[in-house]
Amino acid sequence: MKTRRPSTLLAESARRMAGKGRGRGIAAFTFNIEALGLSRGTLPDAAFGPKPLFPDVEYKPVPLSSGEAEEYMLALKQEMRSTMKRLPHSVAKPEDKAAVERYREMYAQESHKSGQNEWTPDWTRLPKELMPQKKKLKKKPKMKKEPKVASSKEKEAMLSKLDELEKKDENSDEEKEENAKENADDQEAEGEEEYDEEAAEEENDYIASYFEDGDDYGVDSGDNMDEATY
Amino acid sequence: MRRPVSPGTRTTAAGRKRSRPRLRNTQRGGTAMTAQEVRLCGLLLQEHYGEVVEKVGTHLLKNRALTLRAIAHETGTPLDLVKKSLCVLVQHGLCVFVSGRRGVEYHLSCERVLRILRFPRYIYTAKTLYGDAGELIVEEVLQRGHMTMSHAVRTVADRLTQNMEEGSSMDYSEVVSAFSRLVETQFLQRCSAVIEPSSAALLTATVDAPPVSVIVPTLSDNHPDRYKLPQISLRGRGKRRLSSEEIEGDQRAAKRAKLDKDQTEPSGDEGIYWQVNFDRFHQHFRDQAIVSAVASKMDQTSSEIVRTMLRMSEVTTTPSAAYTQPLSANEIFRALPPSYSIGRPVLEQYLSLLVDDPMEFVGKTGDSGGGMYVVNLHKALANLARATLESVVQERFGSRSARIFRLLLRKRHLEQKQVEDFAMIPAKEAKEMLYTLLSANLVQLQEIPKTPDHAPSRTFYLYTVNPLPTARMLLQHCYKTVANLIDRRLHETKENKRLLEKSQRIEAILASLQASGAETAQLTEVEEMITAPERQQLEALRHHVNKLDSSENQVDETIFLLESYISSTLSTR
Repeated sequence: MKTRRPSTLLAESARRMAGKGRGRGIAAFTFNIEALGLSRGTLPDAAFGPKPLFPDVEYKPVPLSSGEAEEYMLALKQEMRSTMKRLPHSVAKPEDKAAVERYREMYAQESHKSGQNEWTPDWTRLPKELMPQKKKLKKKPKMKKEPKVASSKEKEAMLSKLDELEKKDENSDEEKEENAKENADDQEAEGEEEYDEEAAEEENDYIASYFEDGDDYGVDSGDNMDEATY
Repeated sequence: MRRPVSPGTRTTAAGRKRSRPRLRNTQRGGTAMTAQEVRLCGLLLQEHYGEVVEKVGTHLLKNRALTLRAIAHETGTPLDLVKKSLCVLVQHGLCVFVSGRRGVEYHLSCERVLRILRFPRYIYTAKTLYGDAGELIVEEVLQRGHMTMSHAVRTVADRLTQNMEEGSSMDYSEVVSAFSRLVETQFLQRCSAVIEPSSAALLTATVDAPPVSVIVPTLSDNHPDRYKLPQISLRGRGKRRLSSEEIEGDQRAAKRAKLDKDQTEPSGDEGIYWQVNFDRFHQHFRDQAIVSAVASKMDQTSSEIVRTMLRMSEVTTTPSAAYTQPLSANEIFRALPPSYSIGRPVLEQYLSLLVDDPMEFVGKTGDSGGGMYVVNLHKALANLARATLESVVQERFGSRSARIFRLLLRKRHLEQKQVEDFAMIPAKEAKEMLYTLLSANLVQLQEIPKTPDHAPSRTFYLYTVNPLPTARMLLQHCYKTVANLIDRRLHETKENKRLLEKSQRIEAILASLQASGAETAQLTEVEEMITAPERQQLEALRHHVNKLDSSENQVDETIFLLESYISSTLSTR
């Protein structure tokens, strides 16, 4: 059984017939509206747009029931909200640690930082993939092994590369004007080799190639001569 | 005509269909979530567990079952945060995991997240039934998801000791007795146990999937051990946490906490976790609603009789039963509370009155033992839901529209003319009211054609009300209402954040001054740091927030009624 509203029937027929009648807004119907129990004068105004987002409320809502039980439950609810925020179950966003160290953090409660914030679930009830520690342990020994392996294996390769670089530099000094492209290639190769060195020696905080190019150092940093260098 | 392919099947290159094993709907925790439910769940998760859990949770809700890597990849959160969030969600019973084809799949139960709204009601009920100890036990278990009995007893004893006078402390045995009473009446239940990984691997290993050692919970509903207390020896008293500890030094307090943890001996109930049995609480709320309905419709004595009948059938009736077990009038007479000493013939008169009542709360199923009587649970829930619908119409559209609505509920299908006649409302107004109800979707129109061509002049148009779809629609309205209330409360708090922080700081200063014994002049000076208009603003804010919170609690009562009605009708189909 179809269910259709009389208002949609009226709207459709009104739109269709509007041009033929005396003008817009005067509806003429294809069917006998007396059968529906409607008469011309009793129809509500046609709607020309969607209903307002916050319509007027005709009847005011009933006031909230307030008694001892309701007040107690209200207090419980507010307490529970504040407690659950303090429990270790609420996972803090990583951005909460501010980029700038604020003065008040020195006096923040140590209990927040200490072990009260950690809880260990019962790992027998959870799938193993949710355990955080194991993966970290696996990574660390791998990281330690790599530089050792690299240094032992690539020592000779690096020495030979250095020799090649020296030769290339001599050649490029002689043939600068003629072989601009070759210089570009050499620099790319030097760039790659420099990158390999950096990758191999990741453990340090210092960039290995920082002071290598004595020629370019002063030139590049002197772009903005407004600021005085101390 | 091509055969329609169901979404669970995939055609391989050779044209053969290979179907993916799918979880049944019941395992998934319900069918599709509506947008309102997802929005409300997101807000609840954010308020209680933080934004990271909210992000992970809403993503899980929108997509049925996801693996760990899929969640991390799609939400853009780091893997370790996703792991933490999933641990929290599983700890609280909101998330379940199943070992699927691509690994372990997690899915979130929307229904369980919505229970968070009802936590204050659960705690208050435990307080009325079992006192302070019961209240704190239920509160602790709700806050931590599930915990062992010894942990719960210790925490609750410490908390009770805090509130007692100096020098006295709460003995563990009192808390243990409250705990055991909660378990006996099935308000607390054991969590599902864990199978050994080796047997789980055997069960899940198939030809295609490699054997994954994954835990699959095994406790079904009829497990006999569900309500059995473990044999543990728990002796001691609650420890009072002295306030001087906090002043001495936080480092020492942290050290002491760690020492305490090391010193507690294992109490022998490791691995036995207890969680709150929500169904039992819901049964209790339903009984409460029925008893209060009978009390308001008839009188106090009839409600006491119904309460006795419900109490007697608490443990014998399953939560989704349509009727309680038949009880004979003799049994009811013996079980009546001594304060209601009515004679035997008076009891019979009351019972016959209850049976004859059109609401049909109580029904008679036989004559043995002085008459066998049952409480019609599903009919009672339907009546309560219907009363809710009627009152909603009344408050939104007026009492005359409510009269039309009630008329349509009783008479099912009515024509326009008949509505005017039966409701005794003038034609013009009746039409307007009917159209308003129709546009609000509370009333539907049914066409009955006389001729095959559905000509409007030769068709009957009947107005009708379908209670079940209307109840569903109202339930979604309720979810939207609560979500709006929470949104508004967060907005109000955010707007006045600066003022709130200032007042908190001043309260902290005042507290520390008072503890160190300052003069009243200093105290008043500090108090005056908040100006009078600021105080007014704070007071108004507090008033608004309380009102919004209280409204959430009360909308939740309506949600409970409608949800119970909908689930009761679904279970009978």
